[in-house]
Amino acid sequence: MTALAIHQLAKSFGGLHVTRGVDLEVAPGERRLIIGPNGAGKTTLFNLITGEIKPDAGSVALFGQELTRLPSRRRAHMGLSRTYQIITLFPKDTLLRNVTLSLLGLSHLRWNPLLRLDRQRSLIAQAEAALARVGLGHLAHRPLAETSYGERRRVEIAMALAQNPRVLLLDEPFAGLSVDERRDVKTLLFAIPRDVTIVMIEHDMDVALDFAERITVMHFGEIVVEGTRAEVVADPRTKEIYLGE
Amino acid sequence: MTATRIGLLAGAVVLLTVPLWVPGDYYVSVCSQILIYAIFALGVDVLIGYGGLVSLGHAGLFGIASYAVAYTLAAGVGHIAAVIVALVLALVGTALFAALSLRVTGIGFIMITLAIGELLWGLAYRWISVTNGDNGISVANRPAPFGISLNPPTHFYYATLVVFALSVFAAWVFIGSPLGASLKGTRDQPRRMNALGYHVWLVRFCACMFSGLLTAIAGILFIYYTQFISPQTLTLTASAEPVLMVISGGSGTLLGPIVGAALVEIVKNIASAYITRWNMLLGAIFVAIVIFMPEGLVPGSRRLVRALLKARAKAPAVAAAAEPNSGEPTP
Amino acid sequence: MNLWLLLAINSITFGGLLFLLSAGFSLIFGLMRIPNLTHGSMFMLGAYVGASMVMTFHLPFWIGAAIAALTVAVFGGLIERLLLRRLAGAEQAQVLVTLGISLIVADFCLMVWTGDPISVATPPGLVGGVRFVDLFFPTYRIAIILIACVIGALLWVLLDRTRLGAMIRAGVDDPQMARVVGIRVSRLFTIVFCLGAALAGFGGIMGAPILSVYPGLDNDMLPLALVVVILGGTGSLLGSLVGSFVIGFIYNYGQALFPELAYFVLFLPMVVVLVLRPQGLFGKQAP
Repeated sequence: MTALAIHQLAKSFGGLHVTRGVDLEVAPGERRLIIGPNGAGKTTLFNLITGEIKPDAGSVALFGQELTRLPSRRRAHMGLSRTYQIITLFPKDTLLRNVTLSLLGLSHLRWNPLLRLDRQRSLIAQAEAALARVGLGHLAHRPLAETSYGERRRVEIAMALAQNPRVLLLDEPFAGLSVDERRDVKTLLFAIPRDVTIVMIEHDMDVALDFAERITVMHFGEIVVEGTRAEVVADPRTKEIYLGE
Repeated sequence: MTATRIGLLAGAVVLLTVPLWVPGDYYVSVCSQILIYAIFALGVDVLIGYGGLVSLGHAGLFGIASYAVAYTLAAGVGHIAAVIVALVLALVGTALFAALSLRVTGIGFIMITLAIGELLWGLAYRWISVTNGDNGISVANRPAPFGISLNPPTHFYYATLVVFALSVFAAWVFIGSPLGASLKGTRDQPRRMNALGYHVWLVRFCACMFSGLLTAIAGILFIYYTQFISPQTLTLTASAEPVLMVISGGSGTLLGPIVGAALVEIVKNIASAYITRWNMLLGAIFVAIVIFMPEGLVPGSRRLVRALLKARAKAPAVAAAAEPNSGEPTP
Repeated sequence: MNLWLLLAINSITFGGLLFLLSAGFSLIFGLMRIPNLTHGSMFMLGAYVGASMVMTFHLPFWIGAAIAALTVAVFGGLIERLLLRRLAGAEQAQVLVTLGISLIVADFCLMVWTGDPISVATPPGLVGGVRFVDLFFPTYRIAIILIACVIGALLWVLLDRTRLGAMIRAGVDDPQMARVVGIRVSRLFTIVFCLGAALAGFGGIMGAPILSVYPGLDNDMLPLALVVVILGGTGSLLGSLVGSFVIGFIYNYGQALFPELAYFVLFLPMVVVLVLRPQGLFGKQAP
């Protein structure tokens, strides 16, 4: 069984085909890297997978379960989580509250209008653990607006991991990070257990290459090359796309 | 934390002793009116401040509750039944109101709620066989719970105060609950909330229902307060009032709507005795608030006090302590 | 039979007035994303200023109407420049300030023109009616219909055939992009706001001989403008036009046929449109 199976997924905005007939299969536990120049349709592909954009055609399945027609929120409950390239967090709230919201999203508690959220010890303990996991335990009570960019990137990852996803989509987790921060995030990603399947978009091949087992190269909304690290690096089309740019 | 407690205690003492220090029955009644509108404004603030949804149609929901009480009482039903009918009708009305208006957010929501409010006003104005049109409906008597008549202004004030305290408490519970946190999330990042597994529409719908409940409670108190209801209570101006209270006092706070309600009602009932053009004064106050304290009186004053304290504390200290970067990420 | 025809003429006339009111409202809403809750006040202010010019200063009707439109345009420009300018994107503050201003305007009108309704004489030359095959058409109403058509055509030319119009349309479609392309959106905003205000003020004085001028006219008109815009779609001239006439008809026939439910019938099509097509009949898909 495949963890994530995408079949002939297509989307166009106006006349612009952002993805056309994309086929992608990711095995359980796999680390998959999607690369490609700007505008290749990588983030759109993620939006289609999570349901934030509706496809014109094609299908998406998670562990054999068809979810093309399901709204975004249902997909989260089925074990699909993601981070965003452009950070979309809750700036007025503390880091702890940000992660708590992520946990609450999958909990029945979220409909409760009578309890006090700040007294839900188990939920908060889980949120603290998720923050500690990305090395931000000490900043739990700081408002997000007062944190650095690199810290926010890690909050994004903490929020996604807190949901205990079966498939985790990471959209450029290294973008805008310093060398030290990159190293930290990389260690963090390597520590994610194998029962989580990871698909990662990354612009910068150097950082992500040794993380991925298989690599997919996208260009103009299509998959151009797919294979193991060695195969993709050796493929002349990869060089063409990257050098011809 | 202790500052909040002291504030709460002081507020409670002030409110409990109102009949002792205000100069007469008229002013006691004005205080009842402030509390009724504070409940109404709290209901509207649940949507504006915590849900990011500005409704300009809430006077319609308020009016449903008021008319329901007046109509059923006129039909010869008892007070308890009248209040229950009013709550049920207002909540059904709120559900329809929410189902229609929550199809959009932002300015679209403002416009649709305004139009629905006008629709309800139109019904009150023209559906004469039920509402008696412009002549309105009178309510002969206030109820007498536990044998205590609410006809004297002081009695009515304390009854209103009890309901007010319960309403504020309910709002406090709701806002601090997981559902309240979800609501705030949908205000800030609706798309993200959806991706995190929240049913954004349903969260907003629940908030509308809670807002409608507070509004209905205020509407029921109102009809017993004035003992008269006419389409005047459902006009656009009447819908705008709680919105103005919330925004001028500070949306997204529990104290803001209460302060805003006090401000508007005081200008309306007390300053109007001295100034003929009190509407103009009120308008000018709103414009001034937008210019000088766009976040509203309560958060604005809080900011001023904090700045003052900081300035005082900083005077001897070194100013080199790095200011935290408060730049929010661009969406 | 004659009643129906009279109702039809009244409907079209009222639709014409609504178009004058809502075209500007729709543009302001579409371009600037501002819920301009002073729009009803502008209609009323135009009506009062015009009424004074015509009835008190005995100026010719059309000169009075021009002065009314200009006055309201200047008033609108001031609001935009002094207040709304600094509130871009702050929706709650916009609501507070526009409602605050409409309170001030309403009270100002009450102070200057008192609470008594003012009736404005139909301009001489347009009094009476024309007889056509046994049917009687009131001249002034026909004049309003013609003027609304002419203004509609002029607006269409302005929006569709001029550089300014192209910029406005670009702004309506995508304000960010318009800014990037180098359109001076800020000046555009002022122009559109003044134009919308002038149209509303002009509509006010044009309607005065039929509706008369009274306190509360502002709150009678604002919801109608809203319904037209919701029905027709924001930022769409054609939408405003069609919406205005649809509402004009429903308003007049509703009053005659179902007096008890007149307003209910008025708001019903809006509800239907909202459910089936939230962006309005001619509006673009909501962003």
